[in-house]
Formats: sequence, C-alpha cells, structure tokens
Amino acid sequence: MTNPESMALRRGIAGTLLFDGELASRGFELNAMCFSFNDQANRAAFLADEEGYCRRYNLTAEQRDAVARRDVLGMIEAGGNVYYLAKLAGIFGLNVQDLGALQTGMSVAEFKQYLLDQGTAAGCAPERHSEGLAA
Amino acid sequence: MSAQIIGGYFSSHVPGIGGAIARGDQSQPYWKPFFDGYPPVRQWLAQARPDVAIVFYNDHGLNFFLDAMPTFAVGAAADYPNEDEGWGLPVYKTFQGDPALSWHIIEELVGSGFDVTMCQKMKVDHALSIPFELAYPDVAAWPVKIVPIAINTVQYPLPSPQRCYDLGRAVHRALQSWQDDTRVVVIGSGGLSHQLDGSRAGFINADYDRFCLDHLANEPEALLRHSTEEVAAIAGTQGVEIVNWIAARGALGQGPQAEVTRNYHIPISNTAAATLVLAPA
Repeated sequence: MTNPESMALRRGIAGTLLFDGELASRGFELNAMCFSFNDQANRAAFLADEEGYCRRYNLTAEQRDAVARRDVLGMIEAGGNVYYLAKLAGIFGLNVQDLGALQTGMSVAEFKQYLLDQGTAAGCAPERHSEGLAA
Repeated sequence: MSAQIIGGYFSSHVPGIGGAIARGDQSQPYWKPFFDGYPPVRQWLAQARPDVAIVFYNDHGLNFFLDAMPTFAVGAAADYPNEDEGWGLPVYKTFQGDPALSWHIIEELVGSGFDVTMCQKMKVDHALSIPFELAYPDVAAWPVKIVPIAINTVQYPLPSPQRCYDLGRAVHRALQSWQDDTRVVVIGSGGLSHQLDGSRAGFINADYDRFCLDHLANEPEALLRHSTEEVAAIAGTQGVEIVNWIAARGALGQGPQAEVTRNYHIPISNTAAATLVLAPA
C-alpha cells in the first residue's frame, strides 16, 4: 500500500489535486470527451454544436457547467485531467500559459512574467528574456 | 554477446518545443538558451552511432486512455506512428521498431516480476517524438529503431521512483543478454519540475531539479527516497515525469557515468527544461 503520508498528499498539496481513482471515476465522461478531440472531425463537431456534443458524452451537470463557463478549476474539481483538458483548451485556442492564467487568477502576461521571474531567480540567462513574453 | 550501451540521453518534451521547431524559432531570444543545449547532443550521437533507442516516456492521451491505463507498457511493434494529438502540433515521422529486441526485453521484465502490458500496435506521442526532433533535426527518416516503454504518470497510484529504477535495471539485464552487439542509447523523456493544473499552476523548483541533475549520474539512489506523491509536492504535478529519467538511468547499469553535456533553462512554456547526456565513465 501507498504509505499514509503519501496518501495524505493526494489532497494535501496546496492548489493541487492528484488525479487518483476518486477523481478518475468522477471525471471519466469529461475526459472521454476530451480524448475524442484527438480527431479533427470531433473538434469540428464540438464547435458546431457544443451542447449536443457534451450530451453525447453524458457529461454530468457539474462538468457541463464548468465547460460552458470555461472554468478550468471547475473542470478539474469535476474530475478533468489536464493531459486531456489540454485538448479541449486547444479547441478554444488556449495554450498552457492561458490555462495557467485562468487557474491562478493572473493575467496571461502576469503568468508568463511569473515563470520568467523564476528563471531569473535561478540564474537562467535573464538578459535573454527581453522578448520572452512573445512565447 | 551483449548489446553495447553507449549512454543515456535525457530531455524535456514540452509540446511548445514542437511549435517552436515548426515556426523556426530556435534562435529567438526566448528559445535560444534551450536549443543551445542540443548541438553537443547531436555531436555525441554522431560519434556514438546508436542503432536502437530504448525510450522511457509517458503518453499524454494519444495511445492510452483511462478505460485501460497500463502502469508499464512496452512496444513490440514493427513501426510506431505519431498522430494528431489535438493541440496543433505537426504529425511526426513514424519510427521503426525492433520487435525481436522488444520481445527479449519483455521476457526479461516479466521474468523479473514486471508484469508489463505488451503492445503490438502503439502510437507514440510528442513525448517520444520531440527528443528525436531535437537530436536529429532535418533527417528524412529516423536513423535509429526504437523500443518504447511508456510509464503511467497520469492516474494515481503511479509507480514509485524506486520501482521505475528497478524496471530500468531489468531492462539493463535484458540488454546484457542480447544476442548481438547492437549499439543502444537509453532515453529518458520529460520533466523537469512543472505544474500545469490547479491554482499552483506555474510551480517550478530549480533546487530539486539541480539536485536531480547533480545526482542522477553517480548517486541515483538519492532520487529514490521519495514517493511519487512527494515528488509531485516537490517538483509539481507533471514534475513526476522524472521517473522516466530514473528508469532510463537504471537501464544504463550500475557502473559510473560521465556527464557529456548538460543544459538547464527556466522557463520553456510552464516548464523547467533540461538536457543531459551520460556515457559510461
């Protein structure tokens, strides 16, 4: 068995939910829908009829609401896993910095600066970061 | 007879790297400190001339879904295609497999108590392809065959760092009993510290990354004392991808390793990116 200290970390890391059986069960339908977005035809079908597409995958009311509101933390709370949610985000033209901003309440520029500042603090060639916000 | 293990190549696999390559952004100020880490890798590979790469990586929802999630999956296919992953990356070149070597490794693994999933059909995602795009830019066809070994980093319980190291050591034993002197490079893909999800998104831990880079070569046991949950706490939810590096280090065997090249840069996308080559000392 996983030791008790590690089990406690599943829900014990601030701002973090480790994706275990409880969350995987809760999120299966949402993640299944996101997995379908590997296929371009499915991405187009979602954009053409979001409500109908979500119904086809039997999203729970909580999941459907989080998707409708583009609420990433809500999707995670509803069992979404970021590896699959990233495929949904891609449909909306959002990358992982956009997702980071949405989840932390920062602007995208602030979130990118937060990452750059960590590089500067670690001594990673800060003079080369002048155009960093472009990426 | 035994395979010749020429060394280990370790690399981040952030999808954004694929985007930068597609746009030709390697010399842009944001990307240059990262891409500057790769000419020494290419020089080393050109001299070391591997025939086969054993690649430890994690699938991001291209081949495996939560309906059936293997903890350890070993490819035994003649070829491994990439496909659309849903976020706009180019589709990467198909890899050739080495089924005979794959089955030999599978025999050793199961014989050693690693009851792996065996895959005769297996799509490989950016986590496998991007280290090759970085190491072999502009080739028409990949110059090495692969044996892909996917480790679950998605759905807990995840295998522990110790277990992944032991998996790698079993792969090493398989290479030692291989029928010819095939030249093998071991690859660990992923990391280092990063977190994409939750209100802690953007979390990076440069101290832990440096600890890993400093100890992987000749004191890998130092990386095995944490549980996977503890690694997530220390290195971020996706920082657990370090287990791919740990497994690859195990596959190099217990002899001393020399550092051929190392690069470390924050940030690439949301990630502390690292590049490392180790060769038997």
